[in-house]
Amino acid sequence: MRRHPLVLLFAALLSLAAATTQASAEVSVERQRELLHLLRHDCGSCHGMTLKGGLGPTLLPQALAGKPGETLEATVLYGRAGTPMPPWRGLLTEEEVAWLVALLMKGVPDAP
Amino acid sequence: MRPSLLALLALLLAGCATPALRGTGDLGLIIERADGSVLIVESTHQQVLARVEGLGDLSHASVVYSRDERYAYVFGRDGALTKVDMLRQNIARRVMQSGNSIGGAISQDGRLVAVANYEPGGVKVFDADTLELLADIPAAYGDGKFSKVVGLEDTTDNRFAFSLYDAGEIWVMDLRDARNPVIEKFRSIGRQPYDALVSMDGRHYIAGLFGEDGLALLDLWRPECGVQRILDNYGHGEQPLPVYKMPHLEGWALSGEHAYLPAIGRHEVLIVDRHNWKEAGRIAVHGQPVFAMVRPDGRQLWVNFAHPHNDTVQVIDTVTHRVIATLKPGKAVLHMEFTPRGEHIWLSARDDNRVDIYDTRTLQHLGSLPVRSPSGIFFTARAHRIGL
Repeated sequence: MRRHPLVLLFAALLSLAAATTQASAEVSVERQRELLHLLRHDCGSCHGMTLKGGLGPTLLPQALAGKPGETLEATVLYGRAGTPMPPWRGLLTEEEVAWLVALLMKGVPDAP
Repeated sequence: MRPSLLALLALLLAGCATPALRGTGDLGLIIERADGSVLIVESTHQQVLARVEGLGDLSHASVVYSRDERYAYVFGRDGALTKVDMLRQNIARRVMQSGNSIGGAISQDGRLVAVANYEPGGVKVFDADTLELLADIPAAYGDGKFSKVVGLEDTTDNRFAFSLYDAGEIWVMDLRDARNPVIEKFRSIGRQPYDALVSMDGRHYIAGLFGEDGLALLDLWRPECGVQRILDNYGHGEQPLPVYKMPHLEGWALSGEHAYLPAIGRHEVLIVDRHNWKEAGRIAVHGQPVFAMVRPDGRQLWVNFAHPHNDTVQVIDTVTHRVIATLKPGKAVLHMEFTPRGEHIWLSARDDNRVDIYDTRTLQHLGSLPVRSPSGIFFTARAHRIGL
Protein backbone atom coordinates (compact mmCIF):
# COMPACT_ATOMS: atom_id res chain seq x y z
CA MET A 1 0.00 0.00 0.00
CA ARG A 2 1.24 3.44 -0.91
CA ARG A 3 0.91 5.99 1.83
CA HIS A 4 -0.58 9.30 1.06
CA PRO A 5 2.01 12.10 1.34
CA LEU A 6 -0.30 14.00 3.68
CA VAL A 7 -0.43 11.10 6.15
CA LEU A 8 3.36 10.94 6.13
CA LEU A 9 3.59 14.64 6.76
CA PHE A 10 1.12 14.38 9.61
CA ALA A 11 3.09 11.50 11.20
CA ALA A 12 6.32 13.45 10.86
CA LEU A 13 4.76 16.46 12.51
CA LEU A 14 3.46 14.32 15.35
CA SER A 15 6.83 12.75 16.09
CA LEU A 16 8.50 16.15 15.89
CA ALA A 17 6.02 17.51 18.41
CA ALA A 18 6.68 14.59 20.76
CA ALA A 19 10.43 15.04 20.50
CA THR A 20 10.41 18.75 21.23
CA THR A 21 7.88 18.89 24.04
CA GLN A 22 9.58 16.33 26.29
CA ALA A 23 8.70 15.86 29.92
CA SER A 24 7.26 19.17 31.07
CA ALA A 25 4.64 19.53 28.36
CA GLU A 26 3.44 15.99 28.95
CA VAL A 27 2.68 16.80 32.57
CA SER A 28 -0.37 19.04 32.66
CA VAL A 29 -0.39 22.14 34.83
CA GLU A 30 -2.97 20.56 37.09
CA ARG A 31 -0.92 17.38 37.44
CA GLN A 32 2.17 19.48 38.20
CA ARG A 33 0.27 20.98 41.10
CA GLU A 34 -0.63 17.50 42.37
CA LEU A 35 2.97 16.35 42.00
CA LEU A 36 4.23 19.32 43.97
CA HIS A 37 1.76 18.49 46.71
CA LEU A 38 2.86 14.86 46.67
CA LEU A 39 6.49 15.93 46.82
CA ARG A 40 5.98 18.15 49.85
CA HIS A 41 3.66 15.94 51.80
CA ASP A 42 4.29 12.34 50.82
CA CYS A 43 7.96 12.42 49.78
CA GLY A 44 8.24 14.95 52.60
CA SER A 45 7.22 12.42 55.22
CA CYS A 46 10.72 10.94 54.90
CA HIS A 47 12.72 13.67 53.15
CA GLY A 48 11.19 16.57 55.10
CA MET A 49 8.58 18.98 53.81
CA THR A 50 11.33 21.48 53.04
CA LEU A 51 13.38 18.60 51.56
CA LYS A 52 16.18 19.10 54.07
CA GLY A 53 16.01 15.41 54.92
CA GLY A 54 14.59 13.17 57.61
CA LEU A 55 14.79 9.41 57.71
CA GLY A 56 15.62 9.80 54.01
CA PRO A 57 18.42 12.05 52.70
CA THR A 58 18.08 15.72 51.79
CA LEU A 59 16.83 16.43 48.25
CA LEU A 60 18.06 20.01 48.00
CA PRO A 61 19.82 20.94 44.73
CA GLN A 62 23.28 21.19 46.30
CA ALA A 63 22.96 17.60 47.56
CA LEU A 64 21.85 16.35 44.14
CA ALA A 65 24.41 18.33 42.16
CA GLY A 66 26.64 16.10 40.06
CA LYS A 67 24.31 13.11 40.24
CA PRO A 68 23.06 12.04 36.81
CA GLY A 69 19.36 12.71 36.26
CA GLU A 70 18.80 9.17 34.96
CA THR A 71 20.14 7.68 38.21
CA LEU A 72 17.80 9.84 40.26
CA GLU A 73 14.87 8.99 38.02
CA ALA A 74 15.65 5.30 38.37
CA THR A 75 15.78 5.66 42.16
CA VAL A 76 12.32 7.22 42.18
CA LEU A 77 10.87 4.72 39.72
CA TYR A 78 12.40 1.54 41.09
CA GLY A 79 13.18 2.44 44.71
CA ARG A 80 16.38 1.59 46.53
CA ALA A 81 16.81 -1.93 47.83
CA GLY A 82 17.82 -2.20 51.47
CA THR A 83 16.37 1.23 52.29
CA PRO A 84 12.82 2.43 52.89
CA MET A 85 12.78 4.21 49.49
CA PRO A 86 9.84 2.59 47.65
CA PRO A 87 9.40 2.30 43.89
CA TRP A 88 6.93 4.91 42.62
CA ARG A 89 6.44 3.15 39.30
CA GLY A 90 2.73 2.42 39.00
CA LEU A 91 1.80 5.58 40.89
CA LEU A 92 3.88 7.95 38.77
CA THR A 93 4.68 7.83 35.06
CA GLU A 94 8.23 8.13 33.71
CA GLU A 95 7.40 11.60 32.41
CA GLU A 96 6.15 12.67 35.83
CA VAL A 97 9.28 11.35 37.53
CA ALA A 98 11.47 13.14 34.98
CA TRP A 99 9.57 16.35 35.68
CA LEU A 100 9.99 15.88 39.46
CA VAL A 101 13.71 15.13 39.22
CA ALA A 102 14.32 18.13 36.97
CA LEU A 103 12.45 20.27 39.48
CA LEU A 104 14.44 18.91 42.42
CA MET A 105 17.74 19.56 40.67
CA LYS A 106 16.68 23.10 39.92
CA GLY A 107 15.19 23.69 43.36
CA VAL A 108 11.56 23.66 44.36
CA PRO A 109 9.85 27.02 44.85
CA ASP A 110 9.55 27.62 48.58
CA ALA A 111 5.84 28.23 48.91
CA PRO A 112 3.93 25.10 50.02
CA MET B 1 -12.44 61.23 93.32
CA ARG B 2 -15.85 60.08 94.47
CA PRO B 3 -15.95 56.74 96.32
CA SER B 4 -18.39 55.19 93.84
CA LEU B 5 -16.08 56.02 90.94
CA LEU B 6 -13.13 54.55 92.82
CA ALA B 7 -15.06 51.39 93.44
CA LEU B 8 -15.92 51.16 89.77
CA LEU B 9 -12.28 51.66 88.83
CA ALA B 10 -11.17 48.95 91.25
CA LEU B 11 -13.75 46.60 89.79
CA LEU B 12 -12.51 47.30 86.26
CA LEU B 13 -8.89 46.69 87.26
CA ALA B 14 -9.79 43.45 89.00
CA GLY B 15 -11.70 42.43 85.88
CA CYS B 16 -8.59 42.94 83.75
CA ALA B 17 -6.26 41.16 86.12
CA THR B 18 -8.30 38.00 86.56
CA PRO B 19 -9.08 36.11 83.39
CA ALA B 20 -11.83 33.50 83.65
CA LEU B 21 -10.46 30.50 85.50
CA ARG B 22 -10.32 27.25 83.61
CA GLY B 23 -8.63 23.86 83.71
CA THR B 24 -6.51 22.33 80.96
CA GLY B 25 -7.64 18.68 81.12
CA ASP B 26 -9.84 18.94 78.05
CA LEU B 27 -7.39 20.91 75.94
CA GLY B 28 -5.17 19.78 73.12
CA LEU B 29 -2.99 20.86 70.23
CA ILE B 30 -3.42 20.22 66.53
CA ILE B 31 -0.37 20.59 64.31
CA GLU B 32 -0.81 22.67 61.15
CA ARG B 33 2.10 21.04 59.39
CA ALA B 34 2.44 23.33 56.40
CA ASP B 35 2.23 26.63 58.29
CA GLY B 36 4.39 26.03 61.34
CA SER B 37 1.43 26.78 63.59
CA VAL B 38 -0.58 24.87 66.18
CA LEU B 39 -4.20 25.21 67.21
CA ILE B 40 -5.17 25.06 70.86
CA VAL B 41 -8.45 23.16 70.97
CA GLU B 42 -10.93 22.16 73.62
CA SER B 43 -12.71 18.83 73.37
CA THR B 44 -15.69 19.44 75.67
CA HIS B 45 -17.31 21.94 73.33
CA GLN B 46 -15.26 20.84 70.33
CA GLN B 47 -13.87 24.23 69.53
CA VAL B 48 -10.69 26.00 68.51
CA LEU B 49 -9.48 28.41 71.20
CA ALA B 50 -6.43 29.93 69.55
CA ARG B 51 -3.76 29.62 66.88
CA VAL B 52 -0.12 29.89 67.95
CA GLU B 53 2.30 30.65 65.12
CA GLY B 54 6.03 30.67 64.60
CA LEU B 55 6.93 27.09 65.48
CA GLY B 56 9.05 26.48 62.36
CA ASP B 57 9.00 23.32 60.23
CA LEU B 58 6.30 21.04 61.63
CA SER B 59 6.24 18.61 58.72
CA HIS B 60 6.89 15.90 61.28
CA ALA B 61 5.93 17.02 64.75
CA SER B 62 4.90 15.50 68.04
CA VAL B 63 3.90 16.81 71.45
CA VAL B 64 4.25 15.88 75.11
CA TYR B 65 2.74 17.69 78.09
CA SER B 66 3.94 18.91 81.46
CA ARG B 67 2.41 17.04 84.38
CA ASP B 68 0.23 20.03 85.29
CA GLU B 69 -1.08 20.00 81.70
CA ARG B 70 -0.26 23.68 81.43
CA TYR B 71 2.56 23.43 78.90
CA ALA B 72 3.01 21.55 75.65
CA TYR B 73 6.46 20.66 74.34
CA VAL B 74 6.40 20.56 70.55
CA PHE B 75 9.17 18.72 68.72
CA GLY B 76 9.59 20.12 65.21
CA ARG B 77 11.28 18.61 62.18
CA ASP B 78 13.82 21.43 62.01
CA GLY B 79 15.25 20.62 65.43
CA ALA B 80 13.23 23.18 67.34
CA LEU B 81 11.83 22.46 70.79
CA THR B 82 8.98 24.84 71.56
CA LYS B 83 7.19 25.16 74.89
CA VAL B 84 3.63 26.37 74.38
CA ASP B 85 1.59 27.85 77.20
CA MET B 86 -1.89 26.32 76.83
CA LEU B 87 -3.56 29.03 78.94
CA ARG B 88 -1.77 32.16 77.80
CA GLN B 89 -1.94 30.71 74.29
CA ASN B 90 1.57 31.70 73.33
CA ILE B 91 5.14 30.45 73.05
CA ALA B 92 6.68 30.36 76.51
CA ARG B 93 10.16 29.24 75.41
CA ARG B 94 11.86 27.93 72.31
CA VAL B 95 15.28 26.50 71.47
CA MET B 96 16.80 25.29 68.22
CA GLN B 97 18.49 22.20 69.56
CA SER B 98 19.56 20.29 66.43
CA GLY B 99 19.39 20.34 62.65
CA ASN B 100 16.75 17.68 62.27
CA SER B 101 14.68 15.92 64.91
CA ILE B 102 11.97 13.29 65.03
CA GLY B 103 10.31 13.47 68.44
CA GLY B 104 10.76 13.33 72.15
CA ALA B 105 9.47 12.42 75.56
CA ILE B 106 9.07 13.81 79.06
CA SER B 107 10.43 12.10 82.15
CA GLN B 108 8.34 10.38 84.78
CA ASP B 109 8.94 13.21 87.26
CA GLY B 110 8.11 15.82 84.61
CA ARG B 111 11.40 17.66 85.05
CA LEU B 112 13.25 16.53 81.93
CA VAL B 113 12.41 16.70 78.25
CA ALA B 114 14.46 14.46 75.93
CA VAL B 115 14.63 14.91 72.16
CA ALA B 116 15.56 12.33 69.52
CA ASN B 117 17.66 13.75 66.71
CA TYR B 118 18.51 12.64 63.19
CA GLU B 119 21.14 15.28 62.59
CA PRO B 120 23.40 15.23 64.49
CA GLY B 121 22.27 11.74 65.52
CA GLY B 122 21.70 11.48 69.24
CA VAL B 123 19.57 12.54 72.18
CA LYS B 124 19.54 15.82 74.07
CA VAL B 125 18.02 16.31 77.49
CA PHE B 126 16.58 19.64 78.62
CA ASP B 127 15.29 21.12 81.84
CA ALA B 128 11.50 21.12 81.35
CA ASP B 129 11.19 24.44 83.11
CA THR B 130 13.90 26.52 81.43
CA LEU B 131 14.81 24.38 78.37
CA GLU B 132 18.42 24.56 79.52
CA LEU B 133 20.52 21.77 77.98
CA LEU B 134 21.46 19.26 80.67
CA ALA B 135 22.88 16.31 78.73
CA ASP B 136 23.96 15.55 75.18
CA ILE B 137 24.22 11.89 74.19
CA PRO B 138 25.62 11.34 70.68
CA ALA B 139 24.39 8.06 69.16
CA ALA B 140 27.91 6.93 68.31
CA TYR B 141 28.44 3.50 66.85
CA GLY B 142 30.92 1.60 64.71
CA ASP B 143 33.91 3.56 63.54
CA GLY B 144 33.06 7.15 64.51
CA LYS B 145 29.61 7.15 62.95
CA PHE B 146 26.44 8.62 64.41
CA SER B 147 23.04 7.05 64.03
CA LYS B 148 19.65 8.64 63.58
CA VAL B 149 17.65 8.13 66.76
CA VAL B 150 14.03 6.93 66.67
CA GLY B 151 11.42 5.64 69.10
CA LEU B 152 12.47 7.71 72.12
CA GLU B 153 10.09 6.78 74.93
CA ASP B 154 9.84 7.61 78.61
CA THR B 155 9.47 4.84 81.12
CA THR B 156 9.54 4.41 84.88
CA ASP B 157 12.40 5.31 87.27
CA ASN B 158 13.12 8.42 85.21
CA ARG B 159 14.51 6.37 82.37
CA PHE B 160 14.16 6.73 78.63
CA ALA B 161 14.61 4.09 75.95
CA PHE B 162 15.42 4.76 72.30
CA SER B 163 16.60 3.00 69.15
CA LEU B 164 19.46 3.68 66.75
CA TYR B 165 18.13 3.37 63.20
CA ASP B 166 21.48 3.04 61.46
CA ALA B 167 23.16 0.93 64.13
CA GLY B 168 20.37 -1.51 65.03
CA GLU B 169 20.71 -0.87 68.76
CA ILE B 170 18.43 -0.05 71.70
CA TRP B 171 19.78 2.19 74.46
CA VAL B 172 18.26 2.66 77.89
CA MET B 173 19.19 5.92 79.56
CA ASP B 174 18.89 6.37 83.33
CA LEU B 175 18.54 10.03 84.30
CA ARG B 176 18.59 9.81 88.05
CA ASP B 177 21.36 12.38 87.72
CA ALA B 178 20.28 14.31 84.63
CA ARG B 179 23.70 15.79 83.95
CA ASN B 180 25.33 12.38 84.07
CA PRO B 181 23.15 9.90 82.24
CA VAL B 182 23.92 6.22 82.70
CA ILE B 183 23.41 4.30 79.48
CA GLU B 184 22.90 0.62 78.89
CA LYS B 185 23.28 -0.51 75.28
CA PHE B 186 21.67 -3.49 73.60
CA ARG B 187 23.37 -4.36 70.32
CA SER B 188 22.33 -6.37 67.25
CA ILE B 189 18.63 -5.98 67.96
CA GLY B 190 17.76 -6.15 64.23
CA ARG B 191 18.11 -4.01 61.13
CA GLN B 192 16.64 -0.52 60.83
CA PRO B 193 14.42 -0.02 63.88
CA TYR B 194 12.08 2.74 62.67
CA ASP B 195 9.89 3.49 65.69
CA ALA B 196 9.01 2.05 69.08
CA LEU B 197 6.45 1.99 71.84
CA VAL B 198 6.41 1.50 75.58
CA SER B 199 3.55 -0.37 77.24
CA MET B 200 1.32 1.62 79.57
CA ASP B 201 2.97 0.04 82.63
CA GLY B 202 6.39 1.07 81.35
CA ARG B 203 7.58 -2.50 81.30
CA HIS B 204 7.91 -3.42 77.63
CA TYR B 205 9.76 -1.49 74.97
CA ILE B 206 9.00 -2.73 71.45
CA ALA B 207 10.86 -1.49 68.39
CA GLY B 208 9.52 -2.12 64.89
CA LEU B 209 12.12 -3.20 62.35
CA PHE B 210 12.05 -2.01 58.77
CA GLY B 211 14.91 -4.17 57.60
CA GLU B 212 13.53 -7.46 58.92
CA ASP B 213 10.25 -9.27 59.40
CA GLY B 214 9.88 -8.99 63.15
CA LEU B 215 10.04 -6.69 66.15
CA ALA B 216 12.51 -6.28 68.97
CA LEU B 217 11.18 -6.55 72.53
CA LEU B 218 12.99 -5.42 75.67
CA ASP B 219 11.55 -6.26 79.08
CA LEU B 220 12.60 -3.25 81.17
CA TRP B 221 11.81 -5.15 84.34
CA ARG B 222 14.32 -7.79 83.32
CA PRO B 223 16.91 -6.06 81.16
CA GLU B 224 19.42 -8.81 81.99
CA CYS B 225 17.41 -11.10 79.68
CA GLY B 226 18.33 -8.87 76.75
CA VAL B 227 16.38 -8.06 73.62
CA GLN B 228 14.10 -10.75 72.29
CA ARG B 229 12.81 -11.07 68.72
CA ILE B 230 9.04 -11.32 68.43
CA LEU B 231 6.85 -12.09 65.41
CA ASP B 232 9.98 -13.31 63.71
CA ASN B 233 9.53 -13.92 60.00
CA TYR B 234 5.89 -12.77 60.05
CA GLY B 235 6.10 -12.14 56.33
CA HIS B 236 7.05 -15.79 55.66
CA GLY B 237 9.70 -14.66 53.22
CA GLU B 238 7.18 -13.10 50.85
CA GLN B 239 8.17 -9.92 49.09
CA PRO B 240 6.65 -7.02 51.06
CA LEU B 241 4.74 -4.30 49.20
CA PRO B 242 6.46 -0.96 48.74
CA VAL B 243 6.00 1.25 51.81
CA TYR B 244 4.88 4.78 50.99
CA LYS B 245 4.64 5.85 54.60
CA MET B 246 6.43 4.42 57.61
CA PRO B 247 4.06 3.05 60.24
CA HIS B 248 4.03 4.60 63.70
CA LEU B 249 4.05 2.66 66.92
CA GLU B 250 2.51 4.15 70.00
CA GLY B 251 1.53 3.03 73.47
CA TRP B 252 -2.10 3.06 72.38
CA ALA B 253 -1.61 -0.19 70.50
CA LEU B 254 -1.97 -2.42 73.55
CA SER B 255 -5.14 -3.70 75.15
CA GLY B 256 -5.12 -5.96 78.21
CA GLU B 257 -4.56 -9.19 76.35
CA HIS B 258 -3.18 -8.20 72.99
CA ALA B 259 -0.83 -5.89 71.21
CA TYR B 260 -1.87 -4.69 67.76
CA LEU B 261 0.99 -3.87 65.45
CA PRO B 262 1.08 -2.63 61.87
CA ALA B 263 2.71 -5.12 59.49
CA ILE B 264 5.33 -3.43 57.33
CA GLY B 265 4.57 -3.67 53.61
CA ARG B 266 1.38 -5.69 54.15
CA HIS B 267 -2.31 -4.97 54.36
CA GLU B 268 -2.45 -6.49 57.81
CA VAL B 269 -2.56 -5.72 61.50
CA LEU B 270 -0.66 -8.29 63.54
CA ILE B 271 -2.15 -9.48 66.84
CA VAL B 272 0.26 -10.49 69.58
CA ASP B 273 -0.61 -12.35 72.77
CA ARG B 274 0.84 -10.23 75.57
CA HIS B 275 1.38 -13.22 77.85
CA ASN B 276 3.87 -15.03 75.65
CA TRP B 277 4.47 -12.46 72.86
CA LYS B 278 3.53 -14.98 70.21
CA GLU B 279 1.40 -14.16 67.20
CA ALA B 280 -2.29 -14.59 68.04
CA GLY B 281 -3.60 -13.85 64.57
CA ARG B 282 -3.72 -11.16 61.94
CA ILE B 283 -6.46 -8.96 60.59
CA ALA B 284 -6.73 -8.18 56.89
CA VAL B 285 -7.27 -4.45 56.42
CA HIS B 286 -7.83 -1.93 53.63
CA GLY B 287 -4.22 -0.84 53.11
CA GLN B 288 -0.86 -0.64 54.84
CA PRO B 289 -1.56 0.48 58.40
CA VAL B 290 0.17 3.59 59.72
CA PHE B 291 -1.40 3.95 63.16
CA ALA B 292 -3.26 1.14 64.93
CA MET B 293 -4.73 2.77 68.02
CA VAL B 294 -6.74 1.13 70.74
CA ARG B 295 -9.59 3.12 72.28
CA PRO B 296 -8.67 3.90 75.91
CA ASP B 297 -10.95 1.11 77.22
CA GLY B 298 -9.42 -1.40 74.80
CA ARG B 299 -12.73 -2.23 73.10
CA GLN B 300 -11.95 -0.93 69.59
CA LEU B 301 -8.96 -0.60 67.36
CA TRP B 302 -8.83 2.29 64.87
CA VAL B 303 -6.48 2.01 61.91
CA ASN B 304 -5.44 4.52 59.27
CA PHE B 305 -3.42 3.80 56.16
CA ALA B 306 -0.51 4.83 54.00
CA HIS B 307 -0.73 6.54 50.64
CA PRO B 308 -2.61 5.73 48.37
CA HIS B 309 -5.23 4.36 50.81
CA ASN B 310 -5.07 7.28 53.19
CA ASP B 311 -8.66 8.42 52.69
CA THR B 312 -9.87 5.48 54.77
CA VAL B 313 -10.08 4.54 58.45
CA GLN B 314 -11.18 1.15 59.69
CA VAL B 315 -12.60 0.23 63.08
CA ILE B 316 -11.93 -3.24 64.44
CA ASP B 317 -13.75 -4.98 67.27
CA THR B 318 -11.08 -6.24 69.68
CA VAL B 319 -13.18 -9.18 70.85
CA THR B 320 -14.10 -10.63 67.46
CA HIS B 321 -11.14 -9.13 65.59
CA ARG B 322 -13.48 -8.18 62.75
CA VAL B 323 -13.59 -4.94 60.86
CA ILE B 324 -16.87 -3.36 61.99
CA ALA B 325 -16.69 -0.15 60.00
CA THR B 326 -14.85 1.32 57.05
CA LEU B 327 -15.02 5.11 57.11
CA LYS B 328 -13.98 7.62 54.46
CA PRO B 329 -13.45 10.72 56.58
CA GLY B 330 -11.52 12.75 54.02
CA LYS B 331 -8.35 13.08 51.98
CA ALA B 332 -5.09 12.06 53.64
CA VAL B 333 -6.09 11.02 57.15
CA LEU B 334 -2.79 11.41 58.98
CA HIS B 335 -3.59 11.01 62.64
CA MET B 336 -6.25 10.06 65.16
CA GLU B 337 -6.68 10.94 68.82
CA PHE B 338 -9.25 9.71 71.31
CA THR B 339 -10.74 12.02 73.91
CA PRO B 340 -9.38 11.04 77.34
CA ARG B 341 -11.98 8.36 78.01
CA GLY B 342 -12.56 7.49 74.38
CA GLU B 343 -16.18 8.49 73.69
CA HIS B 344 -15.00 10.49 70.70
CA ILE B 345 -12.16 10.33 68.24
CA TRP B 346 -10.67 13.25 66.32
CA LEU B 347 -9.25 12.58 62.85
CA SER B 348 -7.10 14.91 60.80
CA ALA B 349 -7.87 15.04 57.06
CA ARG B 350 -4.81 16.88 55.79
CA ASP B 351 -5.81 17.53 52.20
CA ASP B 352 -9.33 18.60 53.14
CA ASN B 353 -8.00 21.08 55.71
CA ARG B 354 -10.32 19.67 58.31
CA VAL B 355 -10.41 17.76 61.59
CA ASP B 356 -13.44 15.47 61.92
CA ILE B 357 -14.94 14.31 65.18
CA TYR B 358 -16.68 10.93 65.43
CA ASP B 359 -18.66 9.24 68.16
CA THR B 360 -16.88 5.92 68.78
CA ARG B 361 -20.07 4.18 69.92
CA THR B 362 -22.40 5.11 67.06
CA LEU B 363 -19.54 5.73 64.57
CA GLN B 364 -21.46 8.84 63.49
CA HIS B 365 -19.76 12.00 62.34
CA LEU B 366 -20.39 14.69 64.96
CA GLY B 367 -18.77 17.72 63.43
CA SER B 368 -15.68 19.24 61.86
CA LEU B 369 -13.21 21.98 62.62
CA PRO B 370 -11.41 23.94 59.90
CA VAL B 371 -7.66 23.36 60.30
CA ARG B 372 -4.93 24.11 57.73
CA SER B 373 -3.14 20.89 56.66
CA PRO B 374 -3.69 19.16 59.99
CA SER B 375 -1.40 16.33 61.06
CA GLY B 376 -0.93 15.27 64.68
CA ILE B 377 -3.66 15.79 67.29
CA PHE B 378 -2.52 15.64 70.92
CA PHE B 379 -4.78 15.98 73.96
CA THR B 380 -3.36 17.00 77.33
CA ALA B 381 -4.48 13.72 78.94
CA ARG B 382 -1.28 12.27 77.49
CA ALA B 383 0.51 14.04 80.36
CA HIS B 384 -0.40 11.22 82.71
CA ARG B 385 0.37 8.28 80.48
CA ILE B 386 3.70 6.50 80.54
CA GLY B 387 5.23 6.30 77.08
CA LEU B 388 3.13 9.02 75.41
